[in-house]
Amino acid sequence: MILDLVGYGAYFLATALTYAVICLGLNVQWGQTGLFNVGVAGFVAIGAYTSALLTTPEAAGRFGGFDMPIVVGWAAAFAVAGLAALVVGAVTLRLRADYLAITTFGVAISIQLVALNAQGLTGGPFGIAFIPRPFASLQGNSLAFNVANFLLIAAVAAVVFLALERLVRGPWGRVLRAIREDEAAAASLGKNARAYRLQAFALGGAIMGLAGAMQGHFIGFIAPDNYLSAVTFQVWAMLIVGGSGNNRGAVLGAVVVWGVWSASSALTAALFPPADQARAASLQIVAIGVLLAVILVWRPRGLLGEEVTVSRFIRRRRDNRPEPASAGEPEA
Amino acid sequence: MNLQFVADGLVTGALIGLGAIGVTLTYSILRFANFAHGEFIAWGAYATVVGVGLIGFATGQAMTPLGPFSFGWPVLLAGAIAMGLTALLALALDAVLFRLLRARGSAIIMVMASFGASMALRSLLEFLFTSAPVYFSREIQIAIPLGAGIRMTPDQLLVLGLAAALVVAMFIVMTRTTVGRSMRAVSENPMLATVVGVDVERVIRATWLLGGALACAAGIMVGITVQIRPYMGFDLLLPLFAAAILGGIGSMPGAVLGGMVVGLAEAAAVPIFGAGYRGAVAFLLLIAVLIVRPTGLFGVRE
Repeated sequence: MILDLVGYGAYFLATALTYAVICLGLNVQWGQTGLFNVGVAGFVAIGAYTSALLTTPEAAGRFGGFDMPIVVGWAAAFAVAGLAALVVGAVTLRLRADYLAITTFGVAISIQLVALNAQGLTGGPFGIAFIPRPFASLQGNSLAFNVANFLLIAAVAAVVFLALERLVRGPWGRVLRAIREDEAAAASLGKNARAYRLQAFALGGAIMGLAGAMQGHFIGFIAPDNYLSAVTFQVWAMLIVGGSGNNRGAVLGAVVVWGVWSASSALTAALFPPADQARAASLQIVAIGVLLAVILVWRPRGLLGEEVTVSRFIRRRRDNRPEPASAGEPEA
Repeated sequence: MNLQFVADGLVTGALIGLGAIGVTLTYSILRFANFAHGEFIAWGAYATVVGVGLIGFATGQAMTPLGPFSFGWPVLLAGAIAMGLTALLALALDAVLFRLLRARGSAIIMVMASFGASMALRSLLEFLFTSAPVYFSREIQIAIPLGAGIRMTPDQLLVLGLAAALVVAMFIVMTRTTVGRSMRAVSENPMLATVVGVDVERVIRATWLLGGALACAAGIMVGITVQIRPYMGFDLLLPLFAAAILGGIGSMPGAVLGGMVVGLAEAAAVPIFGAGYRGAVAFLLLIAVLIVRPTGLFGVRE
C-alpha cells in the first residue's frame, strides 16, 4: 500500500516537474522579460517530436527513427525549439507586444496541424510510439521505474532551476528586468533591448522544448492531441498561480496546479459516468480559466510573487557582510 | 482553371471580415488583442440554436424552409435576438473582467485575461452542448450555376448579401453617427478625445456591443453555411487576427478587405495543400504581413 503510494507519488511528481520545467521556460519569457507567449504548446511539441524522431528505432512509413541515445534527443530538442523561438522572435519582437501573442498563437496552431497532417514525418494523428524510456530495464517494476524517472527529471529540473537562478540574479537577468520596466532607460545605458529580448525568448523556448522531450520519453508515446492550446493554458495558470518573475514560484505553481488538476480529474472520474466524462473534463478547464482570471484581478503577484531585489550583492550588503571583491561590477 | 474557389473564398471571407471588424475595433479602442472574440462567434451561434429550439417548442411545429433557403424564419428571429444577447455577453465580460484590469493599465495582462476567458467560455459551451456539431437545418441545397464554372447555393448568396448589408450599416454608423465618430476619435487619440468631451466609457460600451453583435452575425452565418461546434470561434480566431492586421489595426474597411483576402487565400490553398493545412494559411499570411508591412494595408504607424 505504502509502496503503491510512493510509486504514484513519484509518477505524479515526475509529471509535475516536467511541467515545472516548461513553466521555468515561460518564466524567462514572461516573468523576467514581459514577453507574452501564447504558443507554449507549440514549442513543447517541437521538442517532443524532435527527440522522438531522433531516438526511436527505424519505423516504416515515417521519416527518421535514427535510434540515437536519449541524451542526444534531449539536446536536440533544446536546440531545435530554441532555434524556432529565435526565428519567431526575430520576426515579431520588433513589433507591438501583442503581435508576439498573436504570432505565437499561430505557431502553436500550425505546429499542431503539421503534427496532425504530415504523416510521413510525425506519424499523423496516431503519433509516435516506442519512444525509448529512460531506465526501460526497470519497467517490470513500476515502483522502481517511476522513482528512477522521478530522480532523473528532478535532477534535470534542478539543473535548469539553478542555471536560471544564476542567470536571473546576474547581470543578464538584471538587464532583462531593466528593459521590461523601462526600455528607454535601459537603452540609454547602451543595452540593446531587442537582442536581450530575443535571447530571453529563445532560451525560454529551448527550455520548453527540453521539457517536451522529457515528457515524451517518460510516457513513451506522443500524439498531436497532447499539444492543444489547453496545455499552454495550464502552464500559464501554473506560472500566474505560483508567481511570475519568481523561479521558485514557477516550480511551486506547477506542482500545485498539476495537483489540483489531477485531483479534479480523479474526482470527475469517480463522480461522472464514463459517457459524461469528456463533458466533465471541459468543466475542469472552465474552473482553471476562472481561477486564472480571479488571480489576475485579485492577486496578480501569485503565491510567491516576484522578489524586488534579485542581485546577490545588494542582499549581502544589507546583511552587513563584507562586500565581495566583484561588487559594483561595471557591466549591468 | 476552376474558379469555384472564388465563390467559397468570398463567403468565408465575408464571415471572417465581419468578425475581424470587432477585433480591429477592440484592438484600436481598448488597445488589446482580444482572444475571447472568437467565443462571441460561437456563443452567438449557440444562442441562435437555443432560440430556434424555443420557437419550435412554442409554436409546436418543425421549421419550414423559407423560399429557396435551407432554414425558416425562426433562424432570422432567433438570430436577431441572439445578436442582442451576444452584445450583452461582451459587455458583461468587460464588466467582470476587462474593466477591472483596465484600471491597472497593462494591455498585456488584458490579452492574458482574454486568453483565459476564451478557454473558459469555450469549455463551458463544450460542457453544455457537447462537442458534437449542430445544424440549423438538414435540408439539402442545390447550387445554382452563376457562369464561369462557379456555383453557389442560395444560402451562400444570402450570407454574402447579409454580410454586405451589415458592413454598409457599420460603415454608416462609423462615419455618420456621433457614437461612431467618437469611436474613431478614441481610437486615434484617447487623451485628445477626452479633452474635447468624448465619453470614453460610452465609447467602450459601444465597441463591445457592436463587436459582439457582428460576431454573433458571423457565427449564425457559419452555422448556416458550415456547422456549429464549440470550437468554431477558436478555429476562426487566427483568420480574424490575420484579417485585422492585414487590413491595418483600426481600419474597418481594412478588416473587411483583409477578411476577403484570408478567405480567398484559404479557399485557393485547399485544393493545392489539402484541407488539413487550411488553418496554417492565415498564419503564413500573418507572418508575411508582419515582415513586409506590419502596419497593414490601411494602418497608420504609431
